[in-house]
Amino acid sequence: MSSILELKNLSFVYGLKTPFEKKAVDNVSLTINRGEFIGVIGHTGSGKSTLVQMLNGLIKPTDGQVLFDGEDIWKNPKDIRKIRFKVGMVFQYPEYQLFEETVYKDIAFGPLNMGKNADEIDNAVRRAAEFTGLGLNLLQKSPFELSGGEKRRAAIAGVIAMDPEVLVLDEPTAGLDPVGRDVLLSQIVQYHKNRSNTVILVSHSMEDIARVADKIIVMNKSHLVMFDKTREVFSRGRDLEKIGLRVPQVTKIMLELKEQGFELPDSVLTVDEAFSALSDLLKKEGKIW
Amino acid sequence: MVRDVAFGQYFSGKSFIHRLDPRAKILLLIAFLVIIFCAFNYFSLLIVTIFTVLCVAFSGVSPKFYFKSLKVIVFIVIITSVLNLFYGTGEPLWQWSIFKITANGINRALFVTVRIICLIIASSCLTFTTSPTELTDAIERLMKPLNKIHFPVHEIAMMMSLALRFVPTLLEETDKIMAAQKARGADMDSGNLVKRAKALIPILIPLFVSAFRRAYDIATAMECRCYRGGSGRTKMKTVHMSMRDGAACILTTLMIIGVIVCNLIFTAVI
Repeated sequence: MSSILELKNLSFVYGLKTPFEKKAVDNVSLTINRGEFIGVIGHTGSGKSTLVQMLNGLIKPTDGQVLFDGEDIWKNPKDIRKIRFKVGMVFQYPEYQLFEETVYKDIAFGPLNMGKNADEIDNAVRRAAEFTGLGLNLLQKSPFELSGGEKRRAAIAGVIAMDPEVLVLDEPTAGLDPVGRDVLLSQIVQYHKNRSNTVILVSHSMEDIARVADKIIVMNKSHLVMFDKTREVFSRGRDLEKIGLRVPQVTKIMLELKEQGFELPDSVLTVDEAFSALSDLLKKEGKIW
Repeated sequence: MVRDVAFGQYFSGKSFIHRLDPRAKILLLIAFLVIIFCAFNYFSLLIVTIFTVLCVAFSGVSPKFYFKSLKVIVFIVIITSVLNLFYGTGEPLWQWSIFKITANGINRALFVTVRIICLIIASSCLTFTTSPTELTDAIERLMKPLNKIHFPVHEIAMMMSLALRFVPTLLEETDKIMAAQKARGADMDSGNLVKRAKALIPILIPLFVSAFRRAYDIATAMECRCYRGGSGRTKMKTVHMSMRDGAACILTTLMIIGVIVCNLIFTAVI
């Protein structure tokens, strides 16, 4: 696998040289490979939002480098816009960025800025709407007539329409109802599968992260504390609890059972896995046949 | 960015000036602003300057922040003082085509510089030491007599405090929306004026939408708490004039008398 994003000793200080100076990201180095699904977790204020905003050059690091395809994205500051088309960023509550007369035009804003021609734009808008499950009949409506969930989809479609090589989503499911969350999350997974590009998902929901991420970045107090496969990270439940995070409920139950002396695998991420692990155990002990 | 500006910020504290009645502070500030422009010679200007320095000293806010608030107006000061420099009357000390510098011009330039600086520092002293709520409360109390001519004093004061309260919120919102549109390739830093103005649309529309949304929200929240306008409304914090305010009034009066006496004794230089 080839690397797509590489962070080298990345740091960011807010309000540099003022009395309000605050380190948000401190010396983070890591490599993200093409096609990976990365989860980012951390307490509020741990620096994860700042970290992801440096990936597409919205924030210029005060120290260190961000390499995209091996090249420093700030090498030529005038070209920073090009990076933003390659690393798409969906912010928290993205529906607040909608502004056009119609949903169609709003989704077309990104591709239009890229300088694509009308056909390409039309294609991109329709594909993006489809990916996010936005009915084609909604495209000619005003974005302000849509429901909350639909607005969210329209806004995400606006970023997907640029066809970025890396898609960064900052808490895309915040404030949605449980069904909306599940549907949106599985659409993101579907999108990742279909386009096989890189997705970086910031979330507070450990269950969501456990379900979808290949690898997890754990941030704490502006430091990178873990960057490993999802299973490895969640097998260190005690360490996560120390920094105010938790593991998925089912993982926690299984960890505690294991601590009680039951022979169980190191980390169990979903209810299905737990079921099979427990039934295996019961079979071995001869309790069920 | 915009938020780095110290002008108009509030620093909580317990200094002499912090604890003054905000009404007294506003009235004394107005008196001082008038008197700044009544200083016509260097002795009265010195008194005004000393009074300004005393304000800074008694406010308990680091002089650093006063300098910061001055940064904003450096340009205005330079332009007005340069203009004044060439507009003096009398014998020219130096002349080049239509530009001439006179002793009167130099005096004028100096006076306008000191006056503007004192003006900004004194006003900053009020906003640094008075919270926005205190300020609007005081304005409401001071304008109360206008109620007699059916001027909606309470409503205006309420609007002012709501507007002040939303300034930081909307600034933050602007930052967020800007970042989101930049992430979609919005280009705000290049192109001609028309292009740049057009580039603001993707920021202004979401900003207006969110401002309206917030306005509705706050209106609902106020109604839920039975807000029904100013009549018969009591205050959680009522302010009282105290000895401290008396002392401040006496000090200010002394300063005013000093300026007037100096004006009478010495000849005006501008």
